[in-house]
Amino acid sequence: MRNSLQKKSWLRRCLFTTAHRVVGVQYLLLALAAVVCGTLLSLLMRIHLVWPNAALPGHGVLRPEEYLALVTIHGTLMIYFVLTAAPQNGLASLILPAQIGARRMALPRLNALSLWVILLGFLVLLSAFCVVGGAPISGWTAYPPLSALAIAGPGQAMGMDLWLLSIALFCVGSLLSAMSVVATVCTQRAPEMRWMRLPLTVWSWFTSACMMLPAFSVLLVADGMLFSDRHCGTAFFLPAGSLVNGQILRHAVNGDPLLWLHLFWFFGHPEVYIAILPAMGLTSCLLETFSRRPPVSYRTMVGCTLAIATLGFAVWGHHMFVSGMNPYDSQAFNLTTIAIAVPSAIEVILWLATVMGGGLERTTPLLFTLGFLSLFLSGGATGPVLAQPILDSYLHNTYFVVAHFHLILGMAGVFALFAAIYYWFPLLTGRRMNERLGRWHFWLTLAGAYAVFFPMHFAGLAGEPRHYAQLTGSATYLARLVPLQVGITHAAFLLSAAQLLFLWNLLHSLRQGAVCGQNPWKASTGEWSESGRICAASFPAKIHATASEQE
Amino acid sequence: MPVPALLMRLPWLLPPGASLHAPAIDALLYSSLALLLGFMLLGQVLLVAGFFLPAQSQARLQPMYRWALLLALVALFVWMTTRAEHLWMETQMTPDGPDALHVEVVGAQFQWYFRYAGPDGVFGRTRLKLADAAAGNPLGIDPEDPHGKDDILSAVLVLPVGRAADLQLHSLDVIHGFFAPNLRIKMNAVPGRTTELHVTPTALGDYPIVCSQVCGLGHFRMHAVLRVVSQQEFAHWMEQQQAAQRAATEQP
Repeated sequence: MRNSLQKKSWLRRCLFTTAHRVVGVQYLLLALAAVVCGTLLSLLMRIHLVWPNAALPGHGVLRPEEYLALVTIHGTLMIYFVLTAAPQNGLASLILPAQIGARRMALPRLNALSLWVILLGFLVLLSAFCVVGGAPISGWTAYPPLSALAIAGPGQAMGMDLWLLSIALFCVGSLLSAMSVVATVCTQRAPEMRWMRLPLTVWSWFTSACMMLPAFSVLLVADGMLFSDRHCGTAFFLPAGSLVNGQILRHAVNGDPLLWLHLFWFFGHPEVYIAILPAMGLTSCLLETFSRRPPVSYRTMVGCTLAIATLGFAVWGHHMFVSGMNPYDSQAFNLTTIAIAVPSAIEVILWLATVMGGGLERTTPLLFTLGFLSLFLSGGATGPVLAQPILDSYLHNTYFVVAHFHLILGMAGVFALFAAIYYWFPLLTGRRMNERLGRWHFWLTLAGAYAVFFPMHFAGLAGEPRHYAQLTGSATYLARLVPLQVGITHAAFLLSAAQLLFLWNLLHSLRQGAVCGQNPWKASTGEWSESGRICAASFPAKIHATASEQE
Repeated sequence: MPVPALLMRLPWLLPPGASLHAPAIDALLYSSLALLLGFMLLGQVLLVAGFFLPAQSQARLQPMYRWALLLALVALFVWMTTRAEHLWMETQMTPDGPDALHVEVVGAQFQWYFRYAGPDGVFGRTRLKLADAAAGNPLGIDPEDPHGKDDILSAVLVLPVGRAADLQLHSLDVIHGFFAPNLRIKMNAVPGRTTELHVTPTALGDYPIVCSQVCGLGHFRMHAVLRVVSQQEFAHWMEQQQAAQRAATEQP
């Protein structure tokens, strides 16, 4: 079998293949391209925010609409193409089959197709910068009527259409990937791999995939409705009688922008759990490996994961406390949001219990796992504050919220991804990444993450709104925040520069990394077993999971 | 100087409050943040301690401590939510008194307009067809409607101190966010809907109003001024505006 694989052309082996590990690596490379683009865009934003008159080489001074285009594409890239595509679609494809003792994904062609559809979505998104009017300016949440009317601003014509197409492609790709994950876990488990013996990583990929099916279906439909409002004369989200840019809109029917908010956030809030659950599963898995102890209360962990997923579909209204939604609804969403903090808190306490057991092996993947925990704690601490309508009605859409989600979703998610890459690099290459460089990378990134995002809480408390291209104008209180923002911009450069260490380490270790044994971390999950290591596509039969796995 | 007053002077914390509910909101926000920050730091300390602990120190966080931690957190959540819900109901669901001042707040790319009903207390009808910002009628107030004749349109939101104000928010085009940080209020202005804010200003002064919902390329400069004045000054300002209004309408 291995020989027949060798005979295939390079293209068939490494590019157009249904081998799940190759697809997983391709997902990670796509996410790497997306995160590099997204980071560069964010640096341009940071420069423009504090030095609005600085001319960029080859471009000149950024216009305010270009700043908003950067914000929109940065958010879209990071949320979809990095934080969803890598930890969920990518890592599940890479690792999940071996962890349940399967030789392949249940639907390998769908799994491979998902990657290509998402890649197309990525290219379509980037192409929005190249069309007349530029990229859209309505943020990753794309609230209509701004997003529904080409006359509402530059970038809202062709650029917005491309954005909608890109999101539709991402939805389709993610639905295919989620189907593949759900089918794999349901049908491909080895006989001994009963549900309550699944590694917590598998539980979180499975739960995320189950959440993706309804969430991305709703987004796909909402995306189509918005497209239809733009081009087919419908008015789902457009009220009759608006005066936009000097033109009066006349529709026979009276739509409501709030419908988009409900549909979008019905997707949008589950989406953040879809992005972070795999990171949480990974944390449990890595703590187990590096503490040499089984997870504290495995059953509670599984229960909390499922509770988060269920409640995750009932909290979307906390993004809408100041949207004009009925204030009684706000009270209900306040309660569900506080309720979801409880299972999250339990998971954190259980992780801390494992950490407090001591004797941790201080490897780079462990450092990044602890970094995830630290950032998850810091970002999580502000969650219960933002869950209160009365407090959110001050903090909503300020930098306080920017700080909150960049810590708990952005940075924590990225730390988990780094942990995963340092951890599984030996599995794929037989070499370890350089530990010394890894430690430098960790400490600089941790310091950078806190230096960039922690001070943003203060800008938010002072009342600085998001999406502001400049801090000038008649509201002079904003100008007082410039020194703080200048500091954040400097820190952002440090944070980005630290990632060069990672890229260097990655490339260098591919060729020169220390050759390691087949299970360098002495982990107990299936991907490290003899059978899991062999390229899965060449493996003849279902293998049996090792008995020592959970208990 | 007492600590809260000192905190107020720092530019990187809440700006001075100027509404009836601001002190309660600030107290809740600061106390919640302080308590949660405490839990967060405790977690970080445990994390760092665990990193250095040797293997023999098995399970320092016994189930009893885990339960205690969880119960303490849940108690904090319940306390916060109860107080916050109470305040939310007070600000959102308390009907206006009979003497509340009604002001219509209209957002348009990238400008705020404030309309007062005038002596008759009724807002005149608007027709978008008539809207013409250059001609001084950005909202399209219908000159044929007698209720509209005494309506006052202002670019500055002037509110009398100590009197409840009922702000009715509209938008002409896209969703905007009305945010007055010192009053601790924020609400979106949504086209096709009326949203409401109730607030009682308590301190004289000029305060910023900004747009908090991305609304297009001029979002960052969609500012206005809120001027909280004494009751007498408000009456005087109202008279001035009405006189100017009469002069404008009587001109051929």
